[in-house]
Amino acid sequence: MAQSQVQTQPSRRPGPRPTLRRRKMMSHLVVHLLLLAAVFVVAAPLLIAFIFSTQTPAQIFSYPPKFTIGSALVENYKTAWYEYNLGVYMKNSFIIAVAVTVGKTIVSFMAALALVYFRFPLKGAIFTFILLTLMMPTEIMIVALFELVTKLGWSNSYAALIVPFLASATGTFLFRQQFLQIPTSLVDAAKIDGAGPLRFAWSILLPMSFNVIAAMAVIQFVYMWNQYLWPLIVIRENARQVVQVGLKGLTSGQDATNWGIVMAGTIIALLPALIVFMLLQEQFSRGFAMSEEK
Amino acid sequence: MDTHAAYKSRWLPWVLLAPTFVILLVFLYYPTFETFILSLYRVAFFGLSKQFVGFGNYKEIFTNPEYLQIFWNTAIFAFLVVLLSMSVGLGLSVLANQKIRGRGFYRLMLIWPYALSPAVAGVIFLFLFNEQSGIVNYLLGITLGITPNWLTDPVLAMALLIFVAVWKNVGYNVVFYIAGLQNLPGEVLEAALIDGATPWQRFWKITFPLLGPMTIFLLIMNTIYAFFDAFAFVDLLTKGGPSNATNLLIYNIYRDGFEYYKTGLAAAQSVILFVAVVILTIIQLRFGESRTHYGG
Repeated sequence: MAQSQVQTQPSRRPGPRPTLRRRKMMSHLVVHLLLLAAVFVVAAPLLIAFIFSTQTPAQIFSYPPKFTIGSALVENYKTAWYEYNLGVYMKNSFIIAVAVTVGKTIVSFMAALALVYFRFPLKGAIFTFILLTLMMPTEIMIVALFELVTKLGWSNSYAALIVPFLASATGTFLFRQQFLQIPTSLVDAAKIDGAGPLRFAWSILLPMSFNVIAAMAVIQFVYMWNQYLWPLIVIRENARQVVQVGLKGLTSGQDATNWGIVMAGTIIALLPALIVFMLLQEQFSRGFAMSEEK
Repeated sequence: MDTHAAYKSRWLPWVLLAPTFVILLVFLYYPTFETFILSLYRVAFFGLSKQFVGFGNYKEIFTNPEYLQIFWNTAIFAFLVVLLSMSVGLGLSVLANQKIRGRGFYRLMLIWPYALSPAVAGVIFLFLFNEQSGIVNYLLGITLGITPNWLTDPVLAMALLIFVAVWKNVGYNVVFYIAGLQNLPGEVLEAALIDGATPWQRFWKITFPLLGPMTIFLLIMNTIYAFFDAFAFVDLLTKGGPSNATNLLIYNIYRDGFEYYKTGLAAAQSVILFVAVVILTIIQLRFGESRTHYGG
């Protein structure tokens, strides 16, 4: 923590202050250097991936390697998009990510509405029923879920990638947390004005929940966009495959891997989730990480 | 208790809850239950023959040295990934939470890998650590004169997996630790400052204990990350090799279930992993904050 009480002293005063100030400047310099080093380590792989995504195989394998933009930028991205079908995979990923994000937001909003604003029997049991699913990540049941989805005739379909993810404890509890923070007086006032539960939800709860909806959008979009194991198992048809699994096809080409195209593919595949995250990261932190402090 | 519950209706709450209830029941509860059942069978010939073997699959798993090595790999991987990504995350959060210029910039530049997929990270690192043409070996070659065989040396392959997993997950911990630091009661820290506690003392005696619930929450989340998201790293970087040295439980479940069609054995391993997750969740519910999130 910075020693903030020192910095307000006028600079001409004699005594130990100037040294203290210099020590503080030094410590700030050290902090900046450490953070810059961390930022660099975090960013370097991505920067390198971008640089090499613009180079021809000859440029990539030249010795010493060149850390400058190469001459194959447009060509590599075009090849990845058209010849390696990334365009199709991106479309598939987009459809399932948007469908789950929108669907889960609505489903979770409804469930939280019932849990917070209604009195009904077995409420505690339902709450526990939802809570316990936190212990059941999809990865744990892939074998049985695959059998189920096959029996339903959903192999190679969007349904297999969308429907199992339309409800979650996470989503329900995010909305529940938000609703519980809204003063009770609001719902009482709405009732006195004769507003029914759906009217109240639509015109009061919904506008007050935009932070949570934004946080949900980031979490769910990023989660669905980045899924790898489940689509790898359940989708065996290229036309329905998602982009994360599609990337794998780029690395295991028949001939020597053209790393320029592979890196172009990774940049394409990471952009949508990264953009959504960057646009909504403020709301994400506020609605999610910083929610419900005592 | 239920001060918000102003409305009463015989059917509306059930209609509102129905989609959640049905989906959780059909796509989470039922497959979990089925996994237990499947783990008691030996399935062969692509599912055509199914034979009840009781705990036979578990017995095989716990006596076969190959499986025991997979448990050991998973434990080492999870332990080091959790320890490193949490301590680095906490350290960077403390630095980025100082009253310095550009803290918003630093925060954003540290947390963005949250949005990156394990598959993308895996493919990028496959290129960086490529033995012949990789940038890492080029840099190591010109500075130290060494070009390690990252993917064929058992220890280095595991180290590489751990490094990728940590690199990708530090940002997640920074998101939460910075939030935790900003929510600390300022008076306590100020009191310690006035009492002349050194920054080191203030951190270990005050900040770190106050972050306790957050640390427990992150401990669980990071362990679950290490158990499951590791799949893409293993699949893209090492395929479990060399000779099983980087084979992790989730990867082996996939292999047994979908490459070797040993469905019963895969289910039994899933149950073992499930038990681990249940224990972790109970720890979190008892000692952590009421924060609940898998990213799912």
